[in-house]
Amino acid sequence: MKAPAAGSSATRSPATRPSAGRSPATRYGLVVTGLLVALAVAVVAGVALGSVRIPVGEVVPILTGRAAPSPYRTIVLDVRLPRVLLGAVVGGGLAVVGAVLQALVRNRLADPFLLGISSGASAGAVLVLVLGVGGGVGITSAVALPAGAFAGALLALVLVYALARRGATMTGAGLVLAGVAVSYILAALTTLLLVLAGRPEHFQEAMFWSLGGLGSARWDTLALPAVVLALGIAALLTLARPLDLLLVGEEGATVLGLDTARFRAAVFVLASLVTAVMVAASGAVGFVGLMVLHAARMAVGAPHRRLLPVAALGGALALVLADLAARTVAAPQDIPVGVLTALTGGPFFLWLMRRRAEGSPV
Amino acid sequence: MTELRLEALSYGTRLREVDLTARPGETVGLVGPNGSGKTTLLRCVQGILTPTSGRALLDGDDLHTLTPKARARRIAGVPQDSSSEFELTVREVVALGRSPHKRFWETDTAEDRARVERALTRVGVAELADRPYPTLSGGERQRALVARALVQDPALLVLDEPTNHLDIRHQLDVLGLARRLGARGTTNILALHDLNLAAAHCDRLYVLERGRVVAEGPPGEVLTPALLAAVYGVAAEVIPHPTTGTPTVLYLPGPPVEHDLSAM
Repeated sequence: MKAPAAGSSATRSPATRPSAGRSPATRYGLVVTGLLVALAVAVVAGVALGSVRIPVGEVVPILTGRAAPSPYRTIVLDVRLPRVLLGAVVGGGLAVVGAVLQALVRNRLADPFLLGISSGASAGAVLVLVLGVGGGVGITSAVALPAGAFAGALLALVLVYALARRGATMTGAGLVLAGVAVSYILAALTTLLLVLAGRPEHFQEAMFWSLGGLGSARWDTLALPAVVLALGIAALLTLARPLDLLLVGEEGATVLGLDTARFRAAVFVLASLVTAVMVAASGAVGFVGLMVLHAARMAVGAPHRRLLPVAALGGALALVLADLAARTVAAPQDIPVGVLTALTGGPFFLWLMRRRAEGSPV
Repeated sequence: MTELRLEALSYGTRLREVDLTARPGETVGLVGPNGSGKTTLLRCVQGILTPTSGRALLDGDDLHTLTPKARARRIAGVPQDSSSEFELTVREVVALGRSPHKRFWETDTAEDRARVERALTRVGVAELADRPYPTLSGGERQRALVARALVQDPALLVLDEPTNHLDIRHQLDVLGLARRLGARGTTNILALHDLNLAAAHCDRLYVLERGRVVAEGPPGEVLTPALLAAVYGVAAEVIPHPTTGTPTVLYLPGPPVEHDLSAM
């Protein structure tokens, strides 16, 4: 059959991968290398720029540990570097979670923030904070806060999923509506908790939990997110095949041998865990994954073995750059980084939604 | 060589106490009007639906107690349609058919990849292999899904309306492929709308009406004017094909002549 659709792929497919001339493996290597270089540059820039500008010539030796004693040493190593690295870790984590959620609900509009998971994590963390579980300081709090966030995140995700699902079908619109509603309720609850607890800083704290910010980064708050991100990516990479199976739909996955109910539960837990740890460190930064994942799929395709590393690097790059902008565009004001990600990711989300409404297969 | 046996299989009101046997290497066709339960039956066989009562046995194993993976190693299906907004390429979609034979962390071996290429060629979609799956036409998708079922290397092949998006040449190709697999020991069960295709390509037919089996047997015994009138409400003659001799249905205009079904 030569159906009309069997034209050349170049003229017809909306997101033809420009793979001509290069093997997918070479292409993948190029993309990853390019992202690594860009991330390194962004990290150096993120450390050099800010309220006090530090010459790059001074930054690099300090970072590589070969510097003569420098007046900038403290700013670079104790203030800026942990902040930039936290941005990279959180951005990478949120983009990876975004990729997994999009596979789970088979929808490009999915994002931990839009599905209410981040707000759930915020609410859980604030509850721990307000109740004073774990003493409020030191190592117990470093565990109790993420644990509370995890419980909140998992609860929100299960709730939104159950609300959006009607029988076997789940529409993008239903999903986003349920996510946004749950997100609002939980954000309101978070603020209410802070006010009721009589915390004098409640206004600022509420802003941190609902919009996110990297200003509180320290070396000791960086360790847990970094470890969780590394383990999370490792775990998800071993699950690349079942994640790919999700892309053909629940029925398709079942007839190809996937125990979908069990796998979905495992993915819920993993996604909530990574989101919660990121949110506990940085508040609920939204929209990080949407644009990154769109670009990543165009560059390396949908299979998760290739997608996840690219998503992690792209998310890291995106949030490092966003935070750099947050610190510099209105300096000395420090804009919450979530404001900038929402200002860029939000319109992109709307564009994606319009495109789908117009019947494009993507 | 695999035998499928359904024993009083029921699914709510959509499928009522269906008994069915597909013997090793046999191609069994399900025919019947829309809503008669063909798809429901096939979904039960694939483990997508769990029957409300009765059993489905694959060489004596109740297939609803098998793990999804153990089931997928033995049963492959071509769903009516499945689309995805994510652009896995056609090759990537077909390669997923190797999944039941893999641990979840394993990647495809050279042998897996060779199987995929063979299957792509066999159903005639090799030149589409690098295209994003969602950009394919209905018929191209269907052939890609047949390729996926082939790389799954099943003992039982389940095809639900495998021909409904295909032009006549590819209809014959897909059904011929099922036949050749049958000759090599694969058991086939398929739902078909086109009675003449069913008669030509199936060893035995089961006629479903409102969830019940109302007739079964070789096409020549099952496809009678009386049955067509009773089940489909059409007037028709059934004559042997002038060349092949298979029973061929010729539809007549107008309402069916009254037939006494109990005489069948």
